[in-house]
Amino acid sequence: MESFRKNQRVFWTLASPGSFWLLFFFLVPLGIVWMLSFGEKAVIDGKISITETEITWTLANYVRALADPVYLVIIWKSVWISALATILCLVIAYPVAFVISFASRRWQPWLLLAVILPFWINLLIRTYALIAVFRTRGYVNFTLEWIYDALWLDRLFGPFEPLELLYNDFAVVAGLVYVFMPFMVLPLYASIERLDRSMLEASLDLGASQMATFLRVTVPLTMPGIVSGLILVFIPCLGSFLTADLLGGTNATMIGNVIERQFKAANDWPFGSALSFLLMYVTFGILALRALLTRDAETRA
Amino acid sequence: MKTYSPKFRPNRRSLLGGATALAGLSFLPRGTMAAEEKKLNFYNWDTYIGETTLDDFNAATGIEVKMDLFADNDELFAKLREGNPGYDLIVPTNDYVERMLVAGMLMPLDHDKIPNMSNLGANFRDASYDPGLKHSIPYMWGTIGVGYNAKRTGDITKSWKHLYDSDQFAGKISLLGDGANVLGHAMKYLGNSLNSTDPADIKAAEELLIAQKENIKVFADDNGQDLLVSGEVVIAQEWNGDILQVMADDDDLSFYVPDEGGLIWQDCLCMPTGAPHPDNAHAFINFILDADAGAAIADYIQYATPNAAAQAKLGPEYNENPAIFPSDETVAKCEFQLYLGEEHVKNINDAWTRVQAA
Repeated sequence: MESFRKNQRVFWTLASPGSFWLLFFFLVPLGIVWMLSFGEKAVIDGKISITETEITWTLANYVRALADPVYLVIIWKSVWISALATILCLVIAYPVAFVISFASRRWQPWLLLAVILPFWINLLIRTYALIAVFRTRGYVNFTLEWIYDALWLDRLFGPFEPLELLYNDFAVVAGLVYVFMPFMVLPLYASIERLDRSMLEASLDLGASQMATFLRVTVPLTMPGIVSGLILVFIPCLGSFLTADLLGGTNATMIGNVIERQFKAANDWPFGSALSFLLMYVTFGILALRALLTRDAETRA
Repeated sequence: MKTYSPKFRPNRRSLLGGATALAGLSFLPRGTMAAEEKKLNFYNWDTYIGETTLDDFNAATGIEVKMDLFADNDELFAKLREGNPGYDLIVPTNDYVERMLVAGMLMPLDHDKIPNMSNLGANFRDASYDPGLKHSIPYMWGTIGVGYNAKRTGDITKSWKHLYDSDQFAGKISLLGDGANVLGHAMKYLGNSLNSTDPADIKAAEELLIAQKENIKVFADDNGQDLLVSGEVVIAQEWNGDILQVMADDDDLSFYVPDEGGLIWQDCLCMPTGAPHPDNAHAFINFILDADAGAAIADYIQYATPNAAAQAKLGPEYNENPAIFPSDETVAKCEFQLYLGEEHVKNINDAWTRVQAA
């Protein structure tokens, strides 16, 4: 930092493209949405206008979102589904990250590539692929039926009844886990990779069981990776709408779907903006929680 | 986004055209250019134009059509709401024609440049949503009804009941994904107009749906036909053309418009305000209204054409198909969706949010 202060010109040259980008493509649009959230549809000649919005600094949009329990119910449900998906991601990704970081040097890049590979395919297409996997006549049910028949269970209990895997909350959670898994694996991998292996050996040598070593040495030391992973998965889950749209059943609406609808079918941008900002405040709350947790961890250390 | 551009074939016309355009650009102010550049930006639904229509139009006029696709009216509307990004021709459905007219988003058409308007059938020369067809030309029309797998449902009465008010097909039902249609048809089933703005009617529809929700598998975003084909559901609310397209491949599938009546719609060709190539847009509308071009489109996409001259060129397989052309008796019971103001749009969408959250 000190050297940057001495070489101001270099500092500004390097910082300006990024700052420009942030200002015009992030902060300005965000400011517009923020202002819209205090607006209402303009009334022209006694009729509510279809396209014109007036910024009247009304709080009506926020009142509407908070007073009608339906929106809080949906936000709560979104938090709940996102949390479940995030925890599942953690449980599945931790061993995966562990295996990758303990794999031989030759294999590591390939294993990491396998984790990142799905990113090369569009989210929409991956989600449609899940439909083919989960549906009544999908690959999961085909496989189960094959096993069922191979074990002659059909002669005992009658023909195989396909499982209803699609168009319910299970499908939404599974879809979110599938889509956001790499966001969990990569930070975990980064922190497990940095783990000092001699610590584990010391713990085991001093008589701690494998379980105790894991819980009291490995987990605390990889906590930064765990927290980053949780945040990186939870936040995009909370705002997602495509997964619920394509895989969800009749009550799989997440807050992202409601916001999308305000901007499209309902044509109510001010209200959609207010909902977006409420969602952002929830996210801020969670980030604040994270800051609090890391500060606690630091004081303990 | 799919871009359509026929291969460049240098011929006298395009070379001359290029030269004049170049001359115009370099020496003359824009307004004095004699003719428009040979381009047309067309914003259309997917699989909603004849296989060779754009090529044929290009061969006949030298105008190159660039076609972008939208998935639903809301997307079209949202894209044009803040100003026209450069489209010359769009295809909104009747209620959106009405809404865009109110919002001043459509340009008037010059009927003198569309002589083929005389090919329109008698029922299509005027429209309640756009009196005198000043801003829109009907492109295709159809209904929303019920697609079902007759082998698995057996013979069923032609009613909305199976979808809205019965557990006979519990867990094997899909409804459309947009609130206006789902709630509108619930109101229709309950004996009200699907355009009712009475809060009590909307409430009744909302309650009917909430009670029925446990039997409904999914509110499908325009893929009910795929769910029928894959066996995920046995009965689905869908646009007639979508079901028709899969009926061609699967003999078990069938379609009806319920006796209670349903929605009838017209998709229209319109010029959004600020269209950069209005003359080309008129030329394309006129081309589509041509008997042969219109017949080729209708034959390919299997929707009902308002172009009587085109219809006359097609055989009984098209003209006598009840899923394309429901009986006059059924059509009489169907309603257009009307644009009833922003307040109504809000009420319907709020009710729809409550249905989904329940």
